[in-house]
Amino acid sequence: MLTATIFLPLLGAIIAGLFGNRLGSRVSQLVTVIPLLVSAILSCFLLYHFGWTGETQTVNLFTWINVESLEISWVIYFDTLTAVMVFVVTLVSGMVHVYSIGYMSKDPHIPRFMSYLSLFTFFMLMLVTSNNLLQMFFGWEGVGLCSYLLIGFWFKKNSANAAAIKAFIVNRIGDFGFILGILAVFYFFETLQFAEIFKIAPDIAGKTFLFLGMEVDILTTICLLLFVGAMGKSAQIGLHTWLPDAMEGPTPVSALIHAATMVTAGVFMVVRLSPMFEYAPFALTIITIIGASTAFFAATIGLTQWDIKRVIAYSTCSQLGYMFFAVGVGAYPAAIFHLMTHAFFKALLFLGSGSVIHGMHDEQDMRKMGGLFSKMKITGSLMWIGSLALAGVPLFSGYYSKDIILESAFASHTGAGLLAYWAGIMAAFMTAFYSWRLLFLTFHGSSRVEENVLDKVHESPPIMLIPLLVLGLGAVLSGWFAVDYFVGDKMDQFWGSSILMLDDIIEKAHHIPGWAILLPTVVGVIGIISAWVLYIKSPSIIPRITAMTGPVYKFIYNKWYFDELYELLFVRPCFYLGRGFWRSGDVYVIDTVGPNGIAESVLNLAKRAGKVQSGYLYHYAFAMMIGVLILITWFLFGFFQ
Amino acid sequence: MNILTEINLIWPELCIALSAMCLLMIGAFRGDSSNKTITWVSICVMGVACLLVLLGPNNPSSAFNNLFIVDQFSNYSKILILMGAILTLILALPYNLREGIHQFEFPILLLFSVLGMMMMVSANDLIALYLGIELQSLSLYVLAAIRRDSIKSAEAGLKYFVLGALSSGILLYGMTMVYGFTGATGFNELELAFSNGVAKNQFIGVTVGLVFILCALAFKVSAVPFHMWTPDVYEGAPTPITAFFSIAPKIAAMILLSRVLLEPFGGLFIQWQQVICFISIASMAFGAFAAINQTNIKRLMAYSSIGHMGFVLVGLASGSIAGLQAVLLYLTVYLFMNVGTFACILAMKRDDRMVEEINQLAGLSRTNPKMTIALTVFMFSMAGIPPLAGFFGKYFVFKAAIDAELYTLTVIGLLASVVSAFYYLRIVKLMYFDEAVDKFDRSIGKEISFITIGMSFVTTLFIIILWPVLDFAAIAASSIFL
Repeated sequence: MLTATIFLPLLGAIIAGLFGNRLGSRVSQLVTVIPLLVSAILSCFLLYHFGWTGETQTVNLFTWINVESLEISWVIYFDTLTAVMVFVVTLVSGMVHVYSIGYMSKDPHIPRFMSYLSLFTFFMLMLVTSNNLLQMFFGWEGVGLCSYLLIGFWFKKNSANAAAIKAFIVNRIGDFGFILGILAVFYFFETLQFAEIFKIAPDIAGKTFLFLGMEVDILTTICLLLFVGAMGKSAQIGLHTWLPDAMEGPTPVSALIHAATMVTAGVFMVVRLSPMFEYAPFALTIITIIGASTAFFAATIGLTQWDIKRVIAYSTCSQLGYMFFAVGVGAYPAAIFHLMTHAFFKALLFLGSGSVIHGMHDEQDMRKMGGLFSKMKITGSLMWIGSLALAGVPLFSGYYSKDIILESAFASHTGAGLLAYWAGIMAAFMTAFYSWRLLFLTFHGSSRVEENVLDKVHESPPIMLIPLLVLGLGAVLSGWFAVDYFVGDKMDQFWGSSILMLDDIIEKAHHIPGWAILLPTVVGVIGIISAWVLYIKSPSIIPRITAMTGPVYKFIYNKWYFDELYELLFVRPCFYLGRGFWRSGDVYVIDTVGPNGIAESVLNLAKRAGKVQSGYLYHYAFAMMIGVLILITWFLFGFFQ
Repeated sequence: MNILTEINLIWPELCIALSAMCLLMIGAFRGDSSNKTITWVSICVMGVACLLVLLGPNNPSSAFNNLFIVDQFSNYSKILILMGAILTLILALPYNLREGIHQFEFPILLLFSVLGMMMMVSANDLIALYLGIELQSLSLYVLAAIRRDSIKSAEAGLKYFVLGALSSGILLYGMTMVYGFTGATGFNELELAFSNGVAKNQFIGVTVGLVFILCALAFKVSAVPFHMWTPDVYEGAPTPITAFFSIAPKIAAMILLSRVLLEPFGGLFIQWQQVICFISIASMAFGAFAAINQTNIKRLMAYSSIGHMGFVLVGLASGSIAGLQAVLLYLTVYLFMNVGTFACILAMKRDDRMVEEINQLAGLSRTNPKMTIALTVFMFSMAGIPPLAGFFGKYFVFKAAIDAELYTLTVIGLLASVVSAFYYLRIVKLMYFDEAVDKFDRSIGKEISFITIGMSFVTTLFIIILWPVLDFAAIAASSIFL
């Protein structure tokens, strides 16, 4: 059952990828959708089983590498953490697959699209079911590859290609950190197996090594390096620039890869390695600060964007920040809890916005929407549900997960934790604000839709609405249903041995002052109300605010100038350097001395060698005699020396 | 030892000599119309000779006052020579019919030259060696010029003859020097004389003699700088003769050279190793570079064979059993590759005329895919690409050289092999990627297509018979080092 769950998506991907053109779109959709749905159903049972018993199970597939002390096998490793991830991945992926049938119905490359989606799912499952760093890295790179392929799926669009390359390169930077981290682990631990690493980690804690004459803590270094990898994949501040651009891909891709699953891989990785990170408190502090700043900074940008998908993209970035500072304060279960609820409501929001875009005939600018609720009642209601969950309104799933994160941050009583708490509160306010800004601009108020489009605006077909309903159900219920198991009374039994927490932060989080518990909800409601005031009650205030905060607004609207800064600092110098190397190094030095030079001298020699062959008999005889003479001379010289 | 036991050793040679004379009589009485019959009978005679070689004694034994020796080494070489001769003679059949070479002397001369070669590889005395060489060469001179109506053929024959005569002179001069300073011509006596190195007063004379002998034999294997005749003769001679030139005489001369250097002059190893290294490097490099500009495929094959001989000499230069084994293996592989390639060249025929320009192969993959595949196999094999036969030839030669610590030689050899890959691969590129020219004729004769297919199979699947061949070569090589 374990093996089937993991490999069914690969099967679909292979069939659709290799034979898709011959099988046609319809069959390709079926051979990818059905295995995934089966996989999703199986994963429900697995979650039930592993969550209930808290046990672990390992399926050895075959040995991959066996060199001296390095022994790596392909395995399927299951514990509760894995089961949760597999459940989330296959369920969201299954829904996205079904949704894609409708969304991509007019695309000429359906088999390729479905194949990539399934392949992505397989890599993601390889990532989460690994019991060693190398297989995890394999999945990590695999999802990166699929992300690249899917962002650039519409390869005729220049912006899509640029975005794909950007995503790939920014991820490479993170991956470089990850690779260094893996190498460091192998260097100091002499193993890449999680179980063995965790056994040794407490002994290594506090030990140092010399680097450039400085004493550096081993575990902190390793954890920070690995975290750089997580930052790249999970779009944390600094390495976040690729995520908004990745919205160039088809919307189902954004929902699956850039909201629900792949971008949370970084969070998963840190949680998976919690028995190691727990012994590197300094690294955790850094993670808290980075997570908190991302949560805050991405939320501010979300306030100002006009592209419906970009708003949600920045929201994703911000929510990932929440997860990271949850990890940073040691509340791993809270992070995974939020990861799961977020996967539901964010996938819902993305697919909902995809439904809007679909209905609006590929219009993404919210300034050209408005008053759509009457035309798309179901999509609109589901978007409301998603936003309620995102804003953390009580009883919706986001409420439970976001609150426990903020409470844990507060309960940690460290400087970084408190910083994270207040940044989180501000971000919660902004989250509520931009979510309702999105809703009001899109569905309510006066219609700004262009006349010729207005008549054609329509609700999406059932094949797209059913996945929305399923995810909506998840967004409403998952928090209420899972809270006891993930972060409540049954927590210890549920997680079993898959997560290590030295400090019982979740327990402490239940005993903090009442105002600190209430505050997130209160600011959320205030955010909703202020959005209502500004966008429905009296829209005329907005231009005044914008004008008042001129430079700040511009700064935020331009995404804190990160792209421009990077362009200036890295991209241009790289181009100059590259061109320099190409012109002077490759063309002048290597080509003239290397291939071209050698080829030319060979031709030269060949010409000369040909000329020797004059055809005259006496030349030939002469050459022979000269040969004899040379050889004899050589000998006699040898003799007399 | 009485005459009967001595005759027992020379049954193969005797068989060929007697049949050749009988066939000559038949030809003389029946005229040119008997050409085809005589050719087939000659093929059968050589087949029988092959059998006789196999049935002959296994342990080294000599006859006629130690002038003639039969051992595994000579047996192995004789089989190679006979195989080469049989295959080329079969190839010649359709060609001769088509091109109007009806002289019945053709197969008979070939038989005589084969007899000469067999005597060469069995020679155990400088005089016997000379006799073998002359018998072989004289037949070959005539064969080269057998198309009397063609100026090129006549030119080839004449050039070959004059230069051959010169080399014979050099050889004889060298032999007199050696005889003058040691008083012996027999290999066994010479070996004994040099077993403790050379005395000071003998040194110059013997060395000069050795160098002269070496040069003359280098002429026979067309090693640089004694190769000048090769391209002209190869181009001018009728194509089946060229095929024959590039195979059997090369093998015989290389075997003879190995025996002469390792047996009588084995004690002078240090001295001749340098010479062999020098001509080996020169041959490999020249064969690689000079071939690049060639446009005529027969000329190209001439340079290719010069290069191949250079590679074989690498094995000889290592002077070990492994080296000699590699020499034998290389020659075996070379036989198959070359026969196959020449079979393809013989199939290059348009409007009933032979085509020899390399450009004419352009786009062959579209008009004649089967032949293209075969020729591709041979070219890849000659370039030494695994797992084809040519790779193993080169591999064992260089392995022996590395074991003998001849690193410079090995590196230069590998580089030369890279350069030579260029012109082999250019032919492949021409056939597959260039614009097609007109088709070749389809009727090439079933003999040629049969040999093409057979040789391409052997070349491709050589790895299957590699180990048995290596074993035989090892036994043959070790009989020299007894």
